[in-house]
Order: sequence, then structure tokens, then C-alpha cells
Amino acid sequence: MDFLNAIVALSNFVLIPAIAYGSQLALGALGVTLIYGILRFSNFAHGDTMAFGAMVTILVTWAMQAAGISLGPLPTALLALPFGIIGAAALLLLTDKFVYQFYRRQKAAPVILVIVSMGVMFIMNGLVRFIIGPDDQRFGDGARFIISARDFREMTGLSEGLAIRTSQGITVMTAVIVVAVLFWFLNRTRTGKSMRAFSDNEDLALLSGINPDRVVMYTWLIVAALATVAGTLYGLDKSFKPFTYFQLLLPIFASAIVGGLGNPLGAIVGGFVIAFSEVTITYAWKKVLGYVLPEGLEPDGLVQLLSTDYKFAVSFVILIIVLLFRPTGLFKGKSV
Amino acid sequence: MSASFKNIGLFALVAGLIVLTGVMQSWNAALTILNMGLISAIMALGVNLQWGFAGLFNVGVMGFVAIGGLATVLIATDPVEGAFAAGGMRILTALLLGAATIIAAVLVQSRLKGMAKGIATVVILLAGFFIFRAILDPGVAAVEAINPALQGNLGGLGLPVLVAWPVGGLLAAGVAWIIGKTALGLRSDYLAIATLGIAEIIIAVMKNEDWLARGVKNVVGLPRPVPYEIGLQNDPGFVERATGLGLDPVTASTLYVKTQYGLLFALVLVILLLMAQLALKSPWGRMMRAIRDNEVAAEAMGKDVKTRHLQIFILGSAVCGIAGAMMTTLDGQLTPGTYQPLRFTFLIWVMVIVGGSGNNFGAVLGGFLIWFLWVQVEPMGLFLIEVMTSGLAADSALRLHLLDSAAHMRLLTMGVILLLVLRFSPRGLIPER
Repeated sequence: MDFLNAIVALSNFVLIPAIAYGSQLALGALGVTLIYGILRFSNFAHGDTMAFGAMVTILVTWAMQAAGISLGPLPTALLALPFGIIGAAALLLLTDKFVYQFYRRQKAAPVILVIVSMGVMFIMNGLVRFIIGPDDQRFGDGARFIISARDFREMTGLSEGLAIRTSQGITVMTAVIVVAVLFWFLNRTRTGKSMRAFSDNEDLALLSGINPDRVVMYTWLIVAALATVAGTLYGLDKSFKPFTYFQLLLPIFASAIVGGLGNPLGAIVGGFVIAFSEVTITYAWKKVLGYVLPEGLEPDGLVQLLSTDYKFAVSFVILIIVLLFRPTGLFKGKSV
Repeated sequence: MSASFKNIGLFALVAGLIVLTGVMQSWNAALTILNMGLISAIMALGVNLQWGFAGLFNVGVMGFVAIGGLATVLIATDPVEGAFAAGGMRILTALLLGAATIIAAVLVQSRLKGMAKGIATVVILLAGFFIFRAILDPGVAAVEAINPALQGNLGGLGLPVLVAWPVGGLLAAGVAWIIGKTALGLRSDYLAIATLGIAEIIIAVMKNEDWLARGVKNVVGLPRPVPYEIGLQNDPGFVERATGLGLDPVTASTLYVKTQYGLLFALVLVILLLMAQLALKSPWGRMMRAIRDNEVAAEAMGKDVKTRHLQIFILGSAVCGIAGAMMTTLDGQLTPGTYQPLRFTFLIWVMVIVGGSGNNFGAVLGGFLIWFLWVQVEPMGLFLIEVMTSGLAADSALRLHLLDSAAHMRLLTMGVILLLVLRFSPRGLIPER
């Protein structure tokens, strides 16, 4: 019984949150990695793109809630998601036309594009704060739990509860669907294949008649979709605050780099590696160990390796370790 | 000739903007902008050393600025009574042990091979971590228990606050050495992310380690290198001189204090600018630029690229540390919660790019100009929105929302300025020669 309790506690506090967080990171890292692979620069504005997409989704959600449209037990935000994607796509395509295109034609060094993306980051950050304000926004509705801790306890008779929030369930489901569609697109469709060809060898791709403008446009569209989905899911799971999205930049980049920049599969693995390490290292293990260890050996302290405020340190340390020992990431990434 | 004429004109323009603030708003506001402008110019000089001279992409400026601020607390505040006896030794021992663990792990890396290497590293790191925590935690608890409402930290050395400025630079240099050793070998994008992460970690440590500088409980009332306003107001000689100039003593005292700060900061800026100019014009500076422009060629000529990069990374970070110590001294308090990357890293980058990377005068100009805009865009935006929405009803929701949001105009403006400069004058206002 104690062993079962330990597993339930572990799932409740470590596995489920880490899987949800990992899915969000993976979606974010996929966007970063696609831009790196095809447009060949690290996009510092990605966190704020996520915030922008999520913001449009929230505004539409509010409008729908006001109009009385709802999805029943599911959050209305799912219905609003396509509008958020359209909003983010419009913004990204406009930015590309007025900002990035010029440097691409010039064949500017990647580091110049990174600095340009810093400027875009400022503008998007300002836009989001200008439109929705810098404060916390709540927009989740529908059922809060798939299983609440109390129901679980009554169902199983265990002393530990297992709660799965709707937002966590939806996060994982959506992430699986989005990733499946993305990989199908990249591997099976003509456009997807031309994108991969462009990423592997630009000159050869141009030589075989691939239209670079088309590839770039599709990249931005996909990135807009990924960023909006990631941003909205993160907002549903935690809460929407523009500044936290900016801070997500670090774990997202860490995920993409750990997996190997430019490699979509790596981005997903990287997201989960980072999420699981962050959650396990900052989790207080007292409860789980209390169940598992024999009588008399229970720990006195919280058995928390690091306080939760050091979660950045965790993603960073993993990043450094991977870079020192496998400079191109766990899966073979590319280097510009 | 015309180039230097243009440069003088640009500096005169910024000076004119600050004077205009003095005339239109108040001289107090103008001096506040000038003082932070001086500090921003020093930070921009530091970043320019790294980016403009050597092409190192450091987006961890905030961390070094914060370390400089920490130095102010560690140097200038009085020691907390009994804190060192209660847990200071334990904390120091733990820190030394932590350092020893890492050194041991690094040594194992270079001495052992194969499976033994991996196992030994993991064992050393794990054992080291738990011993470190076992020694550190009671010490921290003991120190933080001392008068937690006001102190609860180790305190400082009680030295004059001016000592903290060079020490801030040294501390930042030390941290930069550690970071440079591990991260400088990385490619530019990776270095950027690594420095971004390190800055966040430094801030996290400062927020959470209360024994160090009280964390988010802040340290207030830091000693000042200049007299206090209240002291001046009680000084009959000063009051007499102020009234002689036709000023009321309260205004006169704040102006006097701010001018004193301004003079001190200007002195530091002039010294650093002079040194940076000399460095740029020296063989060393030419070598740096040669490395920046073509690393492979420079290496083929026998230049030690790695060591040179480490050198300039440390120097630039030290300059940022000095500026950070100066800023904390000016504020009179250390508030780790207020360090944000947009303000302390990316804004400095805007200064360097807009001013002209690779040119010290450009960086200084950028520091003043961008800081002026950062402060003044908010009231200007508010004014603009008020004028634009004056046709709407006074209680219209749109108008109220826009007025509320005017504060965020500054981020937008900074982004637009950066993009415009990058597009139409990519080498900055005062380009590198």
C-alpha cells in the first residue's frame, strides 16, 4: 500500500506536472528549432510571439464567453485557438516582410539577425503589454479537473490523492496531435519535404527549383501555430502574464539546444529532459521517500535538492553539460 | 573633419535635450537623467568592449550589473553583530568545499578515462553537493535568525562606499572568469543563451540567499559618498548660499547632491573612456579587431584567440560591474527584484547598437541618448495619446485603456529605434573608424 501511495504521490507532484510542462516546452522549442533550421538564426522574439498568440486567443475567448459560446467541460480557449494562430501568423508575416526579409536578401550574418530579433522582441513585448496590460489574466473555464484528488481517494481507498487538471490533459492531447500533424507535414507533403531540403542544403534546394519565399512563408505560418498553441496551453495550465513568457525563452532555448538545434525530434526530447529535470530537482521528496523507505529511516527535512526559484539554474546546467560533452546536442543538430 | 563635426553635433544634441528637460520640467529631473545616463554610458562602454572590439555576444549584462550592486552591500554596510560568529565560518567553509568539489570534478575529467571518469565525476559531484548542503544549511539558518526584520545577513565590511566601485568591478571580473572558462568556447548563439542563463542564475542567487544581502527583503540605507540633503538643509552656511542664489534650501540641497554624484560618475566615465580609447588604439586593440574580423586568419598568425576572448570578456564584465556598483550607490539600496533583462541587458544592447558598436564615443552617446528616450518616451507618449484621444469622451473605455497603456510605449519605441538604426544606419550613429 505504501508503495502504491508513493507512486501516486510521485505521479501527482512530479510526473503529471512535468509531462504537461514538457509538452509546452517541446512545442515552444519546435518553433525555435524550425526557425533555426530554415531561417538560420536564434529567434529571441519567440517567447513574445507565444505571448502575442496567446493574447489574441484570450481576447477572442473573452468575446466568446461574453457571447455565451462554450465548449461545455472543455475550455473555450480551444475554440478561440484558430483565431490566435491567424493573429500570430499575420504578425509574423508582417514582421518578416518589413524586417527580416531585408537581411535575408542581404545574406546578413546570423548574429545580425539575432540582434534584429532583439528589436522585434521589444516591439512584440511592448505590443502585448500595450493591448492587454502587464498583469495576470485568467481565461480558463469549463471543468477544472478530469479527476480531483478527493474522487481519486474515494475511488481507490489510497491515502494519497491524484489530481489531473483539465488543462494538463488538454495540454498533452493537443501536443500529441500538433506534433503528429507537424511530422506528417514535414515528412509526407511536398511543401514539408521542400522545407527539409532547404534546411539541409540551401544551395542544392534552390538549384532544384524550390521557391525560397514559399518555404519561408510556410515556416512562419507553422511557427505561428506552434507558438500560439504553446502559449495558450501554458496560459491555461499556469496563468497568462507577459513577463513569464519572456522568461520562458531560457528553458525553451535550452530544450532546443539540448536536443540539437534544427532537429525537430531533438526539440521534443529536449523539452521533456528539461521539464523533468526542473521538476524533479526542485521537488521536495519528503513525502515520497516517507512511503518508500522503511520505518525509522524517514527523512527529517524536505529533501529538496534546490529551492524552486533555482529552476533556471537547472535548465542552464543541463544545457552546459550537454554542450560541453555533445556540442551539437543529443540528436545531431546543425551549426551555422 | 566633417565626421568629428557631426559627432560633436550629436553630443551637443543630447546635451541640449537634457538642458531642455531642465528648462521645461525641472533641473532635478534633468540631473536624474544625466546621472543615470552617465552610468548607462559606462555599461554601454563595457558591452562595446566585448561586442564592438571582440564580437562576443554577451546577453548577461544584467548579472554583472547585479554583482556590482552586491559588492556595494558587502563593502559598505556595517557588519551584522554576531552574524559571523553564528554561521559565517560554516558558510565560508561550505563555499570553499563547494569550490573544491567542482575543482576535483574538473581534475577527474582531465586525469581519468572511460567508465571510471563518468562514475568518479558523478560520485564526487553528488557527495560534494550533499556535504555542501549539510554544512551550509545550519550556518545559513543561524545567520538568518539574527534580527530578521532588519538584518539576517552577514553584513559588509564597513569600508567607504567608494571602495565598492572597484571591488564591484573585481567581483564581476571573477565571475566573468568562471563563465568565460566554461562558455567562451561556444558558438555565438550558444554563448548568448549561456550568458542569458547565467544572468538569471545570479539574480536568483541574490533573491534567495538571504544571508548574503537579505534577498528580496532588500538592503536599504546604504552609505553615500556625498552629503545628505537633510544635513545640508540644517547647515546655516549652505542655506545662506542657496538663498543668495535665489533658491530655496530644499531644492538647492537635492541639486547639490545630484551634481556631486554627477561629478563623481563623470570622473569614472572619463577615466574608463580614456582607457578604452587607449586600448582601442594600441596593438592589443588592433589584434582584438583582427580576431573579430577573421578568427581563423588571426589564429594562423599565431594569436591566441581563446585567451584574448577571455581577457576582453573579463574586462568588459568588470566595467559593467563598476557601473552596477555605482548605480546601487546612487539608489542607496539593493533591490534584487528590480533587475530585469529587458532593462539591464537588452536596453544596454540597444545603446551600443544605436550609438555605434566598435566606437567608444558611439557607445557613450548611445548610453545618454537611449537613456534619455527611455525616461522621456513615457510622458511624451502620454501627451500624444491625450491629444489623439481628446475627441473621445473623457470616460470612454478606449481612451482610458490607451492612457493606462501609455507606460508601455517605451518598449515599443526602443524596438522601433533599434530596427530603424539596424536598417538604415547599421553601423550606428558614430560608426567605427
